[in-house]
Amino acid sequence: MRLASWKIATLFLLIYTLVAGFLGEVPRLPIINESIRNLYFHVPMWFGMILILLVSVVYSVLYLRKPQENYDLYAVESANVGILFGILGLITGMVWAQFTWGTFWHGDPKQNASAIALLIYLAYTVLRGSIEDEQQRAKISAVYNIFAFATLIPLLFILPRLTDSMHPGNGGNPGFNSYDLDSRMRMIFYPAVIGWTLLGWWMVTLRVRLRKLSIFWLEKQTENQFAVKKEA
Amino acid sequence: MRPASEIIPLLWKEIRLEWRQRHTFNSLLLYMVSTIWVVYLSFNLQLSQLSPITWNTLYWIILLFAAINSIGKSFIQEREGQMLYYYTLHSPVGLIFAKIIYNALLLLLLAFLGLFFYTILMGLPVQDVSLFGLNVALGCVGFATTLTMVAGIAAKTQNSSTLMAVLGFPVILPMLLMLLKVSKNALDGLDWSASSDELLTLTAINLIVISFSYFLFPYLWRS
Repeated sequence: MRLASWKIATLFLLIYTLVAGFLGEVPRLPIINESIRNLYFHVPMWFGMILILLVSVVYSVLYLRKPQENYDLYAVESANVGILFGILGLITGMVWAQFTWGTFWHGDPKQNASAIALLIYLAYTVLRGSIEDEQQRAKISAVYNIFAFATLIPLLFILPRLTDSMHPGNGGNPGFNSYDLDSRMRMIFYPAVIGWTLLGWWMVTLRVRLRKLSIFWLEKQTENQFAVKKEA
Repeated sequence: MRPASEIIPLLWKEIRLEWRQRHTFNSLLLYMVSTIWVVYLSFNLQLSQLSPITWNTLYWIILLFAAINSIGKSFIQEREGQMLYYYTLHSPVGLIFAKIIYNALLLLLLAFLGLFFYTILMGLPVQDVSLFGLNVALGCVGFATTLTMVAGIAAKTQNSSTLMAVLGFPVILPMLLMLLKVSKNALDGLDWSASSDELLTLTAINLIVISFSYFLFPYLWRS
């Protein structure tokens, strides 16, 4: 089995994240304690989600410019992986919130905004499910994808800054940069972000290949059926 | 392209169409009034009074549902063939802008008529009426711009009325939260400077949505 170099890099980054993330030295802070290690898992999920959703939007734009099935496959699978990352980010965040803030669902603006973001992309999958024609589906869902992303950006970046949030860097809370995220943590955090995002992209490529195979298989099958009919 | 000369006749067409099918507008108005009536009776308001926050939130939720219902029909009420006919005559930009402007006007009318009935039944605990009015107007324009595009998307599917809500709610939520915040400020009679950030953001979101409709509708219209 030959693996492309970026896949090997992904594996190394993630192994490094797991080993160094659980064994490495972290600052001792009250309340957060050892749960600060969740930084390597919770935050990269959001970075990964945004980046992979951005990829999805880019492929939607490409599809509108030049309608090729390939672009549509990448757009939908990136959106699916983005949803997966979003759900994982929400779960890791909820567990973290339970042990530091005291409740699973804190009603924090960022928590709410991410739940809305998930709703948007779940609506995207529902929209795809309700259109029969393949080209129509690709085109219309591409339009919704771009439109929704455009309204999602103000939601994710402006809204949490207008109201108080318990997240670092919001509502008077000091950001990670000031004291939490010291240089040792940075050494693990940035590789973690890159590693998880690359893993997401790997999943996208695999899912796209699976889809292409199933399309190919379907075509082969119908061809065979025709051939059998001709012989008969 | 001559946008103005194209938008005005299209807008006029929408208004005349509405006038000839007055029952749809009447049904929307009745929808709002009966919702308000249901709220009034359910909260048992002859004996008690709504807190300002509840008053505010209920008004916006009623308005949101009225908007989803009224805009949801804007691409469905005309037959397929008729749409095809417009598409051969006009540019997509003219068409979407005419629809947006028309929906904004319709919503403004609905919102202020609704506010009138709402005030009669539930009082008007607003201290800064002009800010509240401006906010309602901005909200109507915002709902119109966002939901017109969503209606165009939903109209292409089989179960468009459900999808209208599913696709529309998450997209409209950031705008709704802003609107609620500004109108709460208006209720409390805070200084305008307290809401200037939100007003600016609302205007910015509106501009973003309008420009994206401008770019995206051409891909949607003929499919």
